[in-house]
Amino acid sequence: MAFDEMYAADGSVRPPYAGVAKWLASVSPDQLERRRLEAELFYRRGGITFAVYGDNQGEERIIPFDIIPRVLSSAEWNKLSKGLEQRVRALNMYLADIYGKQSVIKAGLVPEDLVLQNPAYRPEMAGVAVPHGVYVHIAGIDIVRIDADDFYVLEDNARTPSGVSYMLGGREICFRLMADLYGAHRVAPVDNYPDELVSMLRSVAPRNAGDMPTVALLTPGQFNSAYYEHSFLADKMGVELVEGRDLFVSEDCVYKRTTEGPRKVDVIYRRVDDDFIDPEAFRADSMLGVPGLFGAYTAGNVTLANAVGTGAADDKAIYTYMPEIVRFFLDEEPILKNVPTWRCRDPKDLSYVLDHLPELVVKEVHGSGGYGMLVGPQSTTSEIEDFRARLKANPETYIAQPTLALSTCPSFVASGVAPRHVDLRPFVLTGADGIKTVPGGLTRVAMREGSLVVNSSQGGGTKDTWVIDL
Amino acid sequence: MLSRTADNLFWLSRYVERADYLARILETTSRMSVLPTAYTGDTNEWTSALSTAGCLNAFLEIYEKPTAETVTEFLAFSEQNPASIRRCLETARFNARAVRTALTQEMWETINGAWLDLQKMDERDISGSRISRFTEWVKDVSLRIDGSGYRTMLRNDAYWFSRLGFFIERADNTARILDVKYHLLLPENSAVGGGLDYSQWTAILRSVNALTAYRWVYRESLKPWLIADMLILNEELPRSLASCYKNIVECLDSLGSAYGNQGKAQRQARTIHTSLENSVIAQVFQTGLHEFLTAFIADNNRLGAAIIEQYL
Repeated sequence: MAFDEMYAADGSVRPPYAGVAKWLASVSPDQLERRRLEAELFYRRGGITFAVYGDNQGEERIIPFDIIPRVLSSAEWNKLSKGLEQRVRALNMYLADIYGKQSVIKAGLVPEDLVLQNPAYRPEMAGVAVPHGVYVHIAGIDIVRIDADDFYVLEDNARTPSGVSYMLGGREICFRLMADLYGAHRVAPVDNYPDELVSMLRSVAPRNAGDMPTVALLTPGQFNSAYYEHSFLADKMGVELVEGRDLFVSEDCVYKRTTEGPRKVDVIYRRVDDDFIDPEAFRADSMLGVPGLFGAYTAGNVTLANAVGTGAADDKAIYTYMPEIVRFFLDEEPILKNVPTWRCRDPKDLSYVLDHLPELVVKEVHGSGGYGMLVGPQSTTSEIEDFRARLKANPETYIAQPTLALSTCPSFVASGVAPRHVDLRPFVLTGADGIKTVPGGLTRVAMREGSLVVNSSQGGGTKDTWVIDL
Repeated sequence: MLSRTADNLFWLSRYVERADYLARILETTSRMSVLPTAYTGDTNEWTSALSTAGCLNAFLEIYEKPTAETVTEFLAFSEQNPASIRRCLETARFNARAVRTALTQEMWETINGAWLDLQKMDERDISGSRISRFTEWVKDVSLRIDGSGYRTMLRNDAYWFSRLGFFIERADNTARILDVKYHLLLPENSAVGGGLDYSQWTAILRSVNALTAYRWVYRESLKPWLIADMLILNEELPRSLASCYKNIVECLDSLGSAYGNQGKAQRQARTIHTSLENSVIAQVFQTGLHEFLTAFIADNNRLGAAIIEQYL
């Protein structure tokens, strides 16, 4: 039985959900359905859409929004946010170390090949001094609950985590459509996120940038699945949304092409992957990048957020070492737990995994978006056998975890209000002046009964997340 | 601002303006086509609609004969016609999405909403006599896009580039309407035809939304030379060439002073505007209306190119 965030095992309502329970008892399914439709219209009209790669029916889709908010008490949040801060500090220190002194390897903490052979490790970054020592400016840490006491990290996202526009959009909808419920709670605000983001970005500008550094958001363009989010954030921050072709590099400085001629750019919040940012340094066939950008970066004339090569810290193989990494760099006990994980590269772990496939979740080390994974209990025998063959062929590219009973929250679905599994992605900002996390984050919900896959590309929806004072 | 953003804003407006213009052509043409042939002569109104839209040749590559059905389909919905209303609105929305941050929320929602409505439309529902519902919708969309921009955009370079797109396209459209019908617009005191010409004149005025305005300005019955005067030289009529150029000069001056420099675009626009200001219609007829309009359309295109070269 999964942990339900609203109802305790004895059927009583947990304190954070008292208001929601009372409200649910007072609204009819018709009223809920009407609000659901209004929410859908809000997304459609606003063009708040995403694209699913390889999907032929309609290129722009909306993410289903569940109107019933998910609630956390401020006490729960305080513990969680301390854990997030600790985790992100450790991620940054780990990255500084593997591109610097490499003491984790020397100390035998993480095997050398896992660090250096990692496809996301950028040897070009070794010895590069990143501005203000920050690598992961924006982190999205995926969190799950399986009981009342602990939060577990499911995954660290240290490259270009997305979804924050859905956090903000969800709040806007609650504000508009759920004013009765929202007004009855003291919900910690999240709408200051774009302000926090832009001041963080300004804080990490190169030291030669002057008092008002110019920030730009680099997008791959309007065919990218997260384009809406890029334009939304640029708009809310009041910074230019640029594509590679809008920028050029001259004498190791980056300029944008404007109606008044070239203008210097100091900080780039780039939502383009490492591989594509500079055809001269990385993939030569990239049409999305800016030739010479990496040179300007290593010369210290522009800040890239996140830094190049942060993917070396967030894949599922390094994940398994995170508790040790926290202890090693911070000399503290990790506040957030890791989900127990078997490393299939280890023969002992592999044989356990092969023996228990039907009960495990197996993931590709470098995969994301819910692709290329096996959810044992929800797979047919032939799917499992298929996967077994793939796993045996390349064991080092997989890890396995027990099938977690992710916590459930009340959600409005076709059959009425019913519990559905959720996770949480809070967004953690690291600037020159410290770490900030807006209270809450993006709650993703698996809208199909029993499903544990919350990814939007796989039919997951979102919810607003409320941190409230009880 | 980014050159690409300015470029997208400029074209976004041009496509919206063009969709509006096509809707007016369709509307006037379907009005004309229901008149008895005695009043319309033997010229096919639908052929003339294609000439006014500037795509007769493109049409003939796909269809054999201009009829109400084929021309409506071609001008309103055709995917094969890059300048159909559907494609104009799609391109406008594509440009809008690319520069989402340069638009206000109100503008974006208007454009995106129109695009969504367009996806849901069934063309078979709209053909024939119900075309007017569609053209009303298109005009309404352009009013809302124009109005939301006017009411919500900051008065800065983004606004001026967007306005420039409207005015340059509008000037081009008015000049083309006049040019297709120039043989009907005769100088003062020429022998004026009967009912046929009269219905053609009202059609011209309707297509630039000026039938009622004419009465207020001239306070007399329709005279072809006065119609030409109004559409070319009267600064009070928002779709006249003179009014478009008054606005174009203002936008370019605002850009020039915001950026602290003037260039070729400013000079060209001022030259065209001054020559319109100093013209009288009798003189235009002396040059030859067709020659005058051909030269104007070419000048207008050159100005468009100069703006692109200078800023975009």
